[in-house]
Amino acid sequence: MSIDKNQVKKVAKLSRISLDDNKLQSLSKDLDSILSFVEELNKLDTKKTEPLTSIVNKTLEPRKDTINDGKIKDQILKNSPDKNEEFFIVPKVVE
Amino acid sequence: MEKEKFDYYIKTEKNSWEVIIGLEVHAQVISQSKLFSGSATKFGAKPNTQVSLVDSAFPGMLPVINQHCIEQAIKTGLGLNAKINLHSIFDRKNYFYADLPAGYQISQYKNPVVGEGEVTLDMPYGSKKIGIERLHLEQDAGKSIHDLSPDNTFVDLNRSGIALMEIVSKPDLRSPNEVNSYVKKLRTIMRYLGTCDGNMQEGSLRADVNVSVRKKGEKKFGTRCEIKNVNSIKFMEMAIDTEAKRQVELLESGKSIKQETRLFDTKRNETRSMRSKEEAHDYRYFPDPDLLPLKIEQSFVDNLKKNLPELPDQKKERFIKKFKLTPYEANVLVSEAATSKYFEEVIKNADIKLAKNWIIVELFAVLNKKGLDIKESPVSPINLASLINAISSGEISGKIAKKVFEIMVQSGDEPHKIIKEKGLKQQSDPKELEKIILKVLNNNADKVLEYKSGKEKLYGFFIGEIMKISSGKANPKLVNEILKEKLKK
Amino acid sequence: MPDLNQSSLSEIVKLIKTKKISSLEVTNHFIKNIKKGKKLNSFITTCFDESLKKAKYFDTKGNIDGLLPGVPLAVKDLFCTKGIKTTAGSKILENFIPTYESTVTNNLWKEGAILLGKLNCDEFAMGSSNETSYFGKTINPIAKDLVPGGSSGGSASALAANFTPATIGTDTGGSIRQPASFTGTVGLKPTYGLCSRWGIVAFASSLDQAGPMTKNVEDCALLLEAMSGYDQNDSTSINKKKESYSKNLSTNIKGLKIGIPKEYRVENMPKEIENLWGKGIDILKKSGAKIVDITLPHTKYALPTYYIVAPAEASSNLARYDGVKYGYRSKKGKNLIEMYENTRGEGFGDEVKRRILIGTYVLSSGYYDAYYLKAQKVRKLIKNDFDKCFRNIDAILTPSTPSSAFKVGEKTNDPISMYLNDIFTVPVNLAGIPAISIPAGHDNQGRPLGLQVISKALEEQKILNIAFSMEKDISFKQSFKRWWE
Repeated sequence: MSIDKNQVKKVAKLSRISLDDNKLQSLSKDLDSILSFVEELNKLDTKKTEPLTSIVNKTLEPRKDTINDGKIKDQILKNSPDKNEEFFIVPKVVE
Repeated sequence: MEKEKFDYYIKTEKNSWEVIIGLEVHAQVISQSKLFSGSATKFGAKPNTQVSLVDSAFPGMLPVINQHCIEQAIKTGLGLNAKINLHSIFDRKNYFYADLPAGYQISQYKNPVVGEGEVTLDMPYGSKKIGIERLHLEQDAGKSIHDLSPDNTFVDLNRSGIALMEIVSKPDLRSPNEVNSYVKKLRTIMRYLGTCDGNMQEGSLRADVNVSVRKKGEKKFGTRCEIKNVNSIKFMEMAIDTEAKRQVELLESGKSIKQETRLFDTKRNETRSMRSKEEAHDYRYFPDPDLLPLKIEQSFVDNLKKNLPELPDQKKERFIKKFKLTPYEANVLVSEAATSKYFEEVIKNADIKLAKNWIIVELFAVLNKKGLDIKESPVSPINLASLINAISSGEISGKIAKKVFEIMVQSGDEPHKIIKEKGLKQQSDPKELEKIILKVLNNNADKVLEYKSGKEKLYGFFIGEIMKISSGKANPKLVNEILKEKLKK
Repeated sequence: MPDLNQSSLSEIVKLIKTKKISSLEVTNHFIKNIKKGKKLNSFITTCFDESLKKAKYFDTKGNIDGLLPGVPLAVKDLFCTKGIKTTAGSKILENFIPTYESTVTNNLWKEGAILLGKLNCDEFAMGSSNETSYFGKTINPIAKDLVPGGSSGGSASALAANFTPATIGTDTGGSIRQPASFTGTVGLKPTYGLCSRWGIVAFASSLDQAGPMTKNVEDCALLLEAMSGYDQNDSTSINKKKESYSKNLSTNIKGLKIGIPKEYRVENMPKEIENLWGKGIDILKKSGAKIVDITLPHTKYALPTYYIVAPAEASSNLARYDGVKYGYRSKKGKNLIEMYENTRGEGFGDEVKRRILIGTYVLSSGYYDAYYLKAQKVRKLIKNDFDKCFRNIDAILTPSTPSSAFKVGEKTNDPISMYLNDIFTVPVNLAGIPAISIPAGHDNQGRPLGLQVISKALEEQKILNIAFSMEKDISFKQSFKRWWE
C-alpha cells in the first residue's frame, strides 16, 4: 500500500490540520516512505495471534461515586484564548 | 374484545410500504458524579461549574471509571433480560467538535458491557418482543450554544463526561406507535431500576432513530437513514412518519436512498441532511490506552440480579393473578413505579376493586388536570384508603364520596374530618329515614296512587325526593328497603 | 565548599543533610551554571526567583528527612507544573500555564526537591535528536555540533552540563535511554505503570513512562524511589509497595543469568559498539554472572510496530489541542472548522504533523485491521518473546543505541533514518518492561556510548544492581570541556 496526495489531503482533513501545497507535497513523500517502512509487518503471519489489549497485568480499578471535583470554573476558563465570565467562546459552528 | 390488526403501512397508489425502525436510545445514568471524573451531574447548574480538568481535557489528565455507573449499566442490562459481558473494553471515538474537549468520546465499540436482550411491548394487536442488540457506557458531550451571539458559539462543559447508556435495539420496530411503546417501556424499566430518570425535558433520554422502508412482503431491508438526537416521543413519532414518507416518495419516483445522518426540524416537520458537505464520518475507534479492560465477576452480577426490584412485567403478572385485574388495568397501574407503589399502599387497607377504579378513574383525572405526578398527589394513599373504607362500610355513599374526594384534592385533608365537618355522614337510622320517606309519600299522595295503579316508573321519583330532603345522605340500601315496604301497603 | 560540578545527586543530598552546605548555596551554584549555558539551549523556562525563595525557605524551615532535601532540579517540559509554563516543546502550548502539578513532579517536591526550570524536548516528545522543539534545538555538551538525542534531549544536555544535579524525562520509544547514551549519563525507563502518567503531556499512552536521568546508578536508584509510586488517578498505575531502591543497591550479581539476544547484532553495526557490547559481557562474566545466548525473534518488527501504535495513540491524544480550552489559537478562519485547521496547521511542527497524519491514517476505516490491529498483534508477539526469555534468565544486555550522538541536521530530512536510532530501545516500551542505559565507553571520536540492561516487569532493583556493578568496573569518565561558558 502506498499513499498519494489525495489521501494525505483527506487524512489532513480528518486530523483538522491545514496544509499548503508545498507541505502537502513533502509530507506525502514522508508518509509514503513511513508506510512502506511499516509494511514489514505484512511478512508476519498473525492469523492466530490475539492483539494486545493492555500492557499492564491488571484490570480497571473503579472509584467510588462521590463528588470531589468541579467547581473550578475560573481554573477551567483561565487558559482559554477566548472566553467570557461563563463560557468558552469559539467561532460560529456551521452545520 | 377482538384484537386490532397491525396496520401501519405507507400506502400509495402503487404499493404498500412497510417501515423498519431501529432505535439508539441515550439514557443518562443516575449517578452523583461523572463516568470518569468526580464532578457533579446535577441538572441546571451554572455554566462550566461542574467541570473538572478531566472533563475539559487538560494535558495529562486521565479517566478513572465510576463503579456506580458500571453497576447501573449492568442492572439495566439485567432489566432488559440481556447478556452481561464479563469482559468489556472502552474505546475512543474520535471526532472534532466544540463541545467534545478531548477530540474523542470514550465509548464502547466492539466489546460493550451488555449484549443481546429483549423488551416486551403490549400492543393493541397483542404482545410483541423487541430485540436489544447491546447496551454500552459512554460519555456525554458538552453543550454548544449557538444563539447567544451572531458570530460565536458558546461552550458549556457541565454535561461533558456524564455517563450515558446507549441502548441499541434491533430493527424490530414497525410503526411510530411501537416506538412510542418501546421508549415508554424502556423508561419504565429504568425508572423501576433507578438507573435513569427518563426526564426528556432535561435531556436524560434522547434517541437516534434509524428508518428504512421496504415493500410489504419483501424480506430485504432498504437503505436506512439515521435521524439524530430526537428528544421527545412525540417528535420521534412525527420524524419517523415524515422520514418514511420521504423515502417512499424517493423510491417511487425511481430514485435511491442515500445512507446518511439527518436532522429532524420540529417546526417544519421535515428531516434534512446533516453535515452533507463534510467528509464521511470516520470515527477511528480504538481501545482507550488510558483505561484497561473492564472485568466483572459473575458473582457480582448474580448479586445485583438477586437484589433487583420487581420489574414491570413481573409486577403486571402478579397484579393480574393476585388482584384479578384486567391486563389493561394492570398495565396502567404498573406503567410507573410510583403508580404501582401508590396502588399497593392503598390496597393494604382497602378494597382492591374500589381502589383500582378510584385510582384509574378519579385520581388520574385529577392528576392529569393539574399536571401532577402521582408522587405529588394531594390525596395520599392512606387518605384514599380511608375514603374507600368509608364507602365499603356504608358510612358514605359513592356519590358523597366523590364530593369528599373533591374536597380532599383541594385541602389534602383526611376524609373523616371532611365527612364530619361537612356533615356528610350517611343517614342510616331506619326511624329517621322512615320519617323522611313518610313525609315524601304524604306530600305526593296522588303519585303514590298512580304508582300503586301500575306506574312503577315513579319509584325513581320518590327516591329522588328522599335524597333531596336528606341532602343525598340517606343510605340508599335502607331507603330502598323501607320505601318498598311502605309502597306495598 | 566542595566542587558541586563533581558531586553526584546522592553526595549533594548528604552534604545538605549534614548541613555542610545549604540548599541556597546549591541552588545558586546551578543557577549560575544555567545562566552561563545559554548556548546549549537546554531550558525552555526557568523560575529562579521561585527556586531561590524555596531554597531559602528550606534552609530555615524545610524538612531534612525527605529523599531530596532542598535539592534543586530541572525537569522535562512535558511534566505539568503548577503556575509554571508547560509547553511540551510546542507552539500550540506556548502560553499554557497549568493550574495543577503532575503526580511525578509532586512526588519530587514532597521529598524536598525544588524546581529550577523546564527543560527543552522534542515537540510532544516526538523525536530522537531534540531538533523538533518549537523553542529551538538543544546542543550536546560533548561537542557543539552534536545533538543530545531525544526526546529528553534538554534533560540529558542539562544534566551532562551540570545545570541540574539530576533530572527526569519521559521515555516512549527510547527518549530517556538514547539521550542518556548520547551524553554519557544514566537513564532508566521504568516498568509501564510504575510512575504515574497523571499530569504528563501525553504522547502515546500505552508506551509513555517517566523515569530518572542521573550521573550515576546510585542517583538513579534514589530518584526512581522518589518519583515512583501508585496513583489512583492513573488507571494504568501499578498498586504495589514503594521500594527502597537506593538502600537495597548492591554490586553482588553473582549467579545472575544475563541473556545476549542475537537479533540485536544488526547489520552495519559500528565495530566500536560491537566491541563495547563484548566489553560489557566480559565485565559481567568477571562479576560472576552467567552469559546465555537468547533469541528475541520478533525484534526486527518492533520499529514498524512502534511507528503504527505510537502515532495512532498520538493522533488521538493530540486532538485536544484545538485552540478552544488553552494554548495557541489561529486568528484565521471564519468558522469553527477553519479555526481548528489553522490552529493545528500553524501550531504543530512537521514531525508532529507527520505522526498525527500517520496515526489518523492507520486508524481510519479500511486501514485499521491492516495496520493498527496488525501492529497490536505483533506487539503481543514481541511481548511474548520477552516473557519466554525471562522464564530462564534474569536480565538482557544490549547496546543502548546503534550509533553515538550524530550531528545536528544530519538526519532531519530523513524521518526513517531518525527512527532507526531507536531500534534497541523501542522493544522495551512495546513490552512494558524496565531498562537502564549506562555509559560504557567512548567511540574513536570521543563520543559516549551506552549499554542497556533490561529485565522483566517490576525488577528495577535487579537492573539497578547489575548496572551498579558494571559501573564500578567500567569507571566511565566524561571527557569534555565546558566550552559553552
